[in-house]
Amino acid sequence: MNLLQKLELEHLTELSAGKNFPEFAPGDTVKVNVKIVEGERERIQAYEGVVVARRNKGINSSFTVRKISYGEGVERVFPLYSPRVDSVELLRRGRVRRAKLYYMRDLRGKKARIKERTTGTGFGATTEGGAA
Amino acid sequence: MTRVGSIARKLGMTQRFQADGSRVPVTVLSLEGCQVVATRTVPNRTDIGVQLGLGAVKASRVNKAAKGYFAKQGVEPKQHLKEFRVEVKDAPEVGSIIKADHFVVGQFIDVAGITIGRGFAGAMKRHNFGGLRATHGVSVSHRSHGSTGGRQDPGKVFKGKKMAGHMGQVQVTAQNLVVVATDVERGLVFVHGNVPGCENSIVFIKDSVKKKQKVALPTPGSFSVPGAEAQQPADVVGGGDAA
Repeated sequence: MNLLQKLELEHLTELSAGKNFPEFAPGDTVKVNVKIVEGERERIQAYEGVVVARRNKGINSSFTVRKISYGEGVERVFPLYSPRVDSVELLRRGRVRRAKLYYMRDLRGKKARIKERTTGTGFGATTEGGAA
Repeated sequence: MTRVGSIARKLGMTQRFQADGSRVPVTVLSLEGCQVVATRTVPNRTDIGVQLGLGAVKASRVNKAAKGYFAKQGVEPKQHLKEFRVEVKDAPEVGSIIKADHFVVGQFIDVAGITIGRGFAGAMKRHNFGGLRATHGVSVSHRSHGSTGGRQDPGKVFKGKKMAGHMGQVQVTAQNLVVVATDVERGLVFVHGNVPGCENSIVFIKDSVKKKQKVALPTPGSFSVPGAEAQQPADVVGGGDAA
């Protein structure tokens, strides 16, 4: 491990201290609590939607959450270790067969549903993933 | 007021989150115990040349002349040497090692380095020319620079005309970069944005020449002197006149 990687790891550990995000994967519905600054005040705003992608790249890790807002599809990319991301709540697990759900962009209404996942990682006997 | 700069090694780039949640790209520069090798005075001048050295060298790789020179100065042989012009009153002692907190978070610095060589590059890459059209009859010259001179008048191509040629591998100074963080223990300076040169190349850091500092800088600087326990008292001068 070179010094640069070490520095990244340290920064990452520093940032993730006190944060306990649930294991979430593409297809899951999550609620992201984002810190936003309004003038002087800081408050927390929730952004709820389906995780369509995750990017695992150390400090550059991020995840994309898609939702339909007033009939318009909105995708927001959150850096996983951003201090602005206060917390993530896992609301519902989804059964999907792909790592990136970009096909959701072309689907509307009933077709854009994702089946709930009730087995597999995080359920029953095989609790390795560690559910929320 | 000029403070001494420093030689550093460019380790590479990464990103950091700042307290306000913004994510900034940073270049990590390592001072690696950059040490003052010599100071040279010139009669009737108020500035002084401070020669800095960076990087250890194997004893067997140092020739006799260099060995004698370093022995006379009482410092270990160095791989890279570079002289900085400093006002006499701000000159550090020979042997002092520049610490990372010589550079303060929020201060502006200029970083000089040798840019990555790009070989013989076309006009589009080298001078950001637009090239020719993709269609409408253009043949075989889509990335060409176009016309270079006139007709009978002026009847020549002007000197300095931007054309294809060798690009890169020249010293370039990136000005007014901001120091994002420092790590005194490991001698690291984190600079906002990019810096000329490839990874592991040698760069020179100086306080910004053009931009006025907004933070107070330690003057004459932050050094550690091997052997002497007491670190030099760094009296801090207000940011206004620290230019």
